[in-house]
Amino acid sequence: MSSRSEGRAPTLTRRAERAVLLLPLLALAAAGPGRRSDDRVAPGPVLRVCADPNNLPFSNARGEGFENKLATIVAGELGARVEYTWFAQRRGFIRNTLRAHACDVVMGVPASFELALPTRPYYRSTYAFLYREGSPFAVRSLDDPRLRRARIGVQMIGDDYANTPPAHALANRGIVANVRGFLVYGDYRDHDPQSPIVEAVARGDIDVAIAWGPTAGYYARRAPARVAVVPVSPQIDLPYLPFVFDISMGVRREDTALRDRLDEILERRRSSVDSLLAAYGVPRADRPST
Amino acid sequence: MKEAGDRRPVTEARDPAFTPAPGAPAIAAAATTNEDGQWTMPAKDFASSRYSGLTEITTDNVRNLKLAFTFSTSVLRGHEGAPLVVGSTMYVVTPFPNILYALDLENAGALKWKYEPKPEAAAQGVACCDVVNRGAAYGDGKIVFNTLDDHTIAVDTTGKLVWDTKLGDINLGETMTMAPLIAKGKVFVGNSGGEMGVRGWLTALDLGNGKIAWRAFSTGPDKEVLIGARFNPHYASDRGKDLGVTTWPGDAWKIGGGTVWGWISYDPALDLLYYGTGNPGPWNPHQRPGDNKWTSGIFARDPDDGEAVWFYQWNPHDVHDYDGINEQILLDVASNGGTRNVLVRPERNGYVYVLDRRTGEILSATPYGYITSSKGVDLESGRLVIADDKVPQIAKVVENICPAAPGMKDWQPSAYSPRTGFVYLPHQNLCMDWEALEANYIAGTPYVGANVKMYAGPGGNRGVMSAWDVANRREAWAIPERFPVWSGTLVTAGDVVFYGTMEGWFKAVHARTGQVLWQFKTGSGIIGQPITYRGPDGKQYVAILSGVGGWSGAVVAGNLDTRDSTIALGFANAMKDLPRHTTKGGMLYVFSL
Repeated sequence: MSSRSEGRAPTLTRRAERAVLLLPLLALAAAGPGRRSDDRVAPGPVLRVCADPNNLPFSNARGEGFENKLATIVAGELGARVEYTWFAQRRGFIRNTLRAHACDVVMGVPASFELALPTRPYYRSTYAFLYREGSPFAVRSLDDPRLRRARIGVQMIGDDYANTPPAHALANRGIVANVRGFLVYGDYRDHDPQSPIVEAVARGDIDVAIAWGPTAGYYARRAPARVAVVPVSPQIDLPYLPFVFDISMGVRREDTALRDRLDEILERRRSSVDSLLAAYGVPRADRPST
Repeated sequence: MKEAGDRRPVTEARDPAFTPAPGAPAIAAAATTNEDGQWTMPAKDFASSRYSGLTEITTDNVRNLKLAFTFSTSVLRGHEGAPLVVGSTMYVVTPFPNILYALDLENAGALKWKYEPKPEAAAQGVACCDVVNRGAAYGDGKIVFNTLDDHTIAVDTTGKLVWDTKLGDINLGETMTMAPLIAKGKVFVGNSGGEMGVRGWLTALDLGNGKIAWRAFSTGPDKEVLIGARFNPHYASDRGKDLGVTTWPGDAWKIGGGTVWGWISYDPALDLLYYGTGNPGPWNPHQRPGDNKWTSGIFARDPDDGEAVWFYQWNPHDVHDYDGINEQILLDVASNGGTRNVLVRPERNGYVYVLDRRTGEILSATPYGYITSSKGVDLESGRLVIADDKVPQIAKVVENICPAAPGMKDWQPSAYSPRTGFVYLPHQNLCMDWEALEANYIAGTPYVGANVKMYAGPGGNRGVMSAWDVANRREAWAIPERFPVWSGTLVTAGDVVFYGTMEGWFKAVHARTGQVLWQFKTGSGIIGQPITYRGPDGKQYVAILSGVGGWSGAVVAGNLDTRDSTIALGFANAMKDLPRHTTKGGMLYVFSL
């Protein structure tokens, strides 16, 4: 599921591509690296998007993620069709996709991300506690003493010293023996690689999970038992460990014109975007949650 | 570029009863063979000496070395492999997509055939550090190698597949990059991917049919680690039931790392396999209090059933990413009027260890470079003494941790000459700083990591090629290099040492003095393993794969943006100028007089 950037693009091609971009802001279906969802060279403008082919609720190759739907909304505003380059969103994703000119936009990056030029954030979400409704472990705070005896699941990243904020926060509190790790990548053969941490709560394998909001909200709705999704408190754990993050779309650092155009669209279609996120159960931290 | 600060002394630990006699220790006799002019396994012999008995090329005539032939591999990633020579054929396995080439040495290396396993493309996305392969091994008419997507494959000398066994799954972050060892009718292989939550293992396959004979995990209950009645480690902290479970919190061991991606040696006389285990992962150290057995250590095992015989842990509860997977060289050392059967291990944490290979007892542990992360080895307990102020901590700035995460020496194998008594040590001189938290993003999920920056240690050179005097336990000579010396080494009975630099220089130096006698500029940086052989024409040849990459060379092979100092897990900061010195390539170079 990868596209290769090797042997790519003499400078002239890239310049030409950029020039095309800067005028109508959209590349024509120029030849480029990567596996496309549609290999026919159809005429007309395209929005070139790089996305993970198997990372619900964000995106997948069947177009089932909210980032797929968002791409469709944006492309519609541009009078374009979406053309995907699929690449697992692992280490090197931005380098191998956006920066390799395999596409012009990725649908989700943190607003503070340095590897890309972010749009204004279109949502702010939060890490969330998940527990079965009626459970004695209805925790809302990282300082809840029940966390010392609950069986807790956290998402794991894999690089040395890199972790999700709840994993750091629990370790800082000395809560380790009762913590179970779920690699955020999951089993890439599955249709829902990120679902096991939520399913483990629903099944009762663990009492509490702490997961990133969009993943928590989406899989809680599909869980075989009623699972509560509660934003983690505090929003920032001292000394500086954030649990809420602003999420933007990302373009190449130099593509300010495209970024401006996307900002306009996000502003104009704000209610559609909000409805989309609500439909996927994304917990929002940028407005009072219900 | 920043440099490391003042040197602080780290002293040697040595068992007083271990007093090596002057002179050059012998290579373990049962683990080596008489020189036959071939090169059938990356380490040359079971003792992992990388020593050739060929003598046509000498310190006097090596200056006349000329290019004999070249061969382009058509792959542009990091070439860490060693070519093999069996009869009049050379075999080369490339990085992903792991093509196996057979070259005709009767005909200037003309292509005889190639075998393309076509590994899954997705394997690239999950491989930790470039998509390298460290070589193939030959046994009983078969060339055996691993693919990045977890297959071990045996091909016969005509290029026909004999068997193909799938051992892991890239969809779970598991890959294979190491070179197999073939001994006693079995193929021994291990996995990579400790950072991805993979649980490490060594697996034995039947050389004839590829069927799995046994698998020994590096974490978990004794029955899965193959620890039984024969297990008799030397140190008390390695004794006890199910330490692979009880030295971890909860069930953290299930995704605890300890992958087996380095080198295996074998002593036929003692009938023991020796190999190291990777660091614990993916948990941060403060999430996994305990020794985290059996990661970052070395096992001795029975090759027939895999049963563990002893274990020693280089880095209990590793906090620095010091994988314990380096090569171990099997030597017999005269000491106190007797002979000690030892293994010499230049370890990532900065010490050359000499262990009794019968028991796993430390005979000596001597620093071979600048160390701040530890204060020495305690012989009573066998434990590394950690420097508390150099333990990385999230949200704290910890500066000047030496050696850096790739260690004083990473996977790149050293060589030993029984003529000089020196181990030829390609290595790094790198330190690192841990800085503030930073937000990052993966698989749709924001997370928080450390900002790691690596830079040159004292002297400003990032690499060193040195000769280590085994009997006297000290450096005999050293050549500073601009970049980490990420290639393997080779030493010959002509007293010539060969190694390569990341700029692309292939060098021949005098084994006794370190004087550079000859050098040749190859097309790309060198991180491969040099070999030598006698050609069908009776002449001695020397071969090396050029093609920069690997963890150290990822800035070139992966087109990384050197403005971002934290990429390649902080290694890119130390390699910012590499793109000015070399470009990608994948080429075999073969030389003769």
